[in-house]
Amino acid sequence: MAKMTGARMVVEAMREEGVEVVFGYPGGAIMNVYDEIYKHRYFQHILTRHEQAAVHAADGYARATGKVGVAFVTSGPGFTNAVTGLATAYMDSIPLVVVSGQVPLSMIGTDAFQEIDAVGISRPCTKHNFLVKSADELPQILAEAFYIARTGRPGPVHVDIPKDVTAQLGEFSYPKDVKIETYKPTIKGNARQIKKAVEAIAEAKKPVFYLGGGIINSNSADLVRELVAATQIPAVETLMARGTLRYDDPMLLGMVGMHGTYAANMAMSEADLLIALGPRFDDRVTGKLSEFAKYAKIIHVDIDPSSIGKLVHVDYPIVGDLKAILQELVPKAKEKVNPQRYESWREILQRYQELHPLTYEDSDKVIKPEWVIQRVGEKLKGKARISTDVGQHQMWAAQYYPFTRPREFITSGGLGTMGFGFPAAMGVKRGVPDEISINISGDGSILMNIQELMTAVEYRFPVINIILNNNYLGMVRQWQTFFYDKRYAETDLSMQPDFVKLAESFGGVGYRAKTKEEFDEALDDAISKGVVALIDVVVDRYENVLPMVPAGGSLYNMLLEYKD
Amino acid sequence: MIEQRRVISVIVLNEHGVLSRITGLFAARGYNIESLTVAPIPGSKYSRLTIVTSGSPRVIEQIIKQLHKLIPVYKVIEHSEIVEKEMVLAKIPLEESLADVEALCRAYNGNIVNIGQESVIIMAADEPLRIEHFIKAIERFNPKEIVRGGVVAVER
Repeated sequence: MAKMTGARMVVEAMREEGVEVVFGYPGGAIMNVYDEIYKHRYFQHILTRHEQAAVHAADGYARATGKVGVAFVTSGPGFTNAVTGLATAYMDSIPLVVVSGQVPLSMIGTDAFQEIDAVGISRPCTKHNFLVKSADELPQILAEAFYIARTGRPGPVHVDIPKDVTAQLGEFSYPKDVKIETYKPTIKGNARQIKKAVEAIAEAKKPVFYLGGGIINSNSADLVRELVAATQIPAVETLMARGTLRYDDPMLLGMVGMHGTYAANMAMSEADLLIALGPRFDDRVTGKLSEFAKYAKIIHVDIDPSSIGKLVHVDYPIVGDLKAILQELVPKAKEKVNPQRYESWREILQRYQELHPLTYEDSDKVIKPEWVIQRVGEKLKGKARISTDVGQHQMWAAQYYPFTRPREFITSGGLGTMGFGFPAAMGVKRGVPDEISINISGDGSILMNIQELMTAVEYRFPVINIILNNNYLGMVRQWQTFFYDKRYAETDLSMQPDFVKLAESFGGVGYRAKTKEEFDEALDDAISKGVVALIDVVVDRYENVLPMVPAGGSLYNMLLEYKD
Repeated sequence: MIEQRRVISVIVLNEHGVLSRITGLFAARGYNIESLTVAPIPGSKYSRLTIVTSGSPRVIEQIIKQLHKLIPVYKVIEHSEIVEKEMVLAKIPLEESLADVEALCRAYNGNIVNIGQESVIIMAADEPLRIEHFIKAIERFNPKEIVRGGVVAVER
């Protein structure tokens, strides 16, 4: 086989892996690779305007498609900019491969220009990372990187390649099958445990499905829907699991946790059995641990053994791939479980739903943010992918958007990364070009990666950014209202750019909506034109996200309303 | 919950940065490392780490699961029936009673290993608890320096 440079190997590896798009930003240490990209157009390269956005875009692409997202960045500041993207993907178990340039091997450790200990920095926020020492190792390392990223509990993998390694010649033989002796994720669940879990479900009086992000990652929403329909057991969804069940599924009690519905949180509090499918018992879900699901035995299915029993005692642990386990569990459950058994439990929960439904007080004078989300849902449900940034708008989107399917909702759950939404929405658009890509953002979040308007315009990613503009860093302001006697320390964002002009200056289209009619017109216009758009929606400044479980509080103690 | 002392052996691939992955895991999660020894396993591509740690049963369980999760970790051995040994070197001034020092070393499976112009270097290798006792006992000979080696362990 002919020898080739390390840089050429990188692009050849992308071809071997079937990578169709790479998001990135060139720089000194990765120029050899970019030179090969120029010569061999195996995949589309999308030049973002910030490395953080490149990684978020690759992440959004991965979340929307289920494929591995790829980003290229240079050494030093290029890499440090990418770290927030890596950490975001790590917390939500998203498969990514991020390739960074590094200073030449001989200069590592000399504090060279644009040198940083990249693998040292990425170690705690990646599933695994590599520093490549010679071109000969590259094919194996890149193949392992993709394999590790997409198997087991998925996650980001970082490959750091010194500049001289990308110039070095070596043999390119790309491994077809990757086997790593020390890495063998458990796929099949223990049959005896599965049997016991089914028995526990059949014997329970007040069971609840606690649906987590693992369902989305393992593509098992169909099986979950089948299981829920067959057993008629009520279900709650975490933020990361939104879309597992259709919004109008009669068994769905809504989102659980800090901003979960009354019925969902009460179901968790009163249940005698939690059937936890791929969640990780995040503190935003559990609230006070000692009060969490106090009366319940717990079945926990997770691919990551370290997730099981990390925070709560689990009675029926099942380690393995959720899909493989459900394929075994669903037929057994259909056979054993009598849906009639839970009828009185369903009635109790239905009463809770009627008692405190998810609702808000609409107004004719000012646009309520919840109304905006509902409106987008009425117009676009099932036809669009919804990305969000982080804050109040994110929670309203999670609460009020009528999700119809998995991978419809793209949001940074674990890390809560402001600035995630817009670049992620570009990645979503690239991954599913036939669907409308909406980014719901806040006036605080959108400014954290607003420069990507240029990327979106250049590559014609007609992402529609809807800014729920309350002139505040809304979620922090909400906490200040509730817990800090309204001392609004540094959360007033009245000083703002003219978002309409800002969008226009990048070559996009800007709208300002102060009334419901204006919003409708703007959204319709943006959709019909298929342009990069930014709709600045002036919403009620003082609206709060409710219900709310104060941090560290117990799920059954929710703030249901707030009157000034 | 009651803190328990545990000895954990970890077999890892001999590769760049692997030790830092392990110690990073302990540091990031606030787990305690009392001692850590590492050396390659002869005739293989693996190294063996022996970690002495302590924590509640839940913390110990997490440590083991998190170690398993690291890609270059081949095996995690949680010892129950083990033989543990630790080595210690100490520098004792020449003017001390060397006969007494030597007798003490012998009692702890050691002896004098070097005699210099101003001091002697003594060594002992024994169970960690006995090493503690040895260190207390040699204090009366005014040691200038004491170097502990960390625990190595093997299943019975």
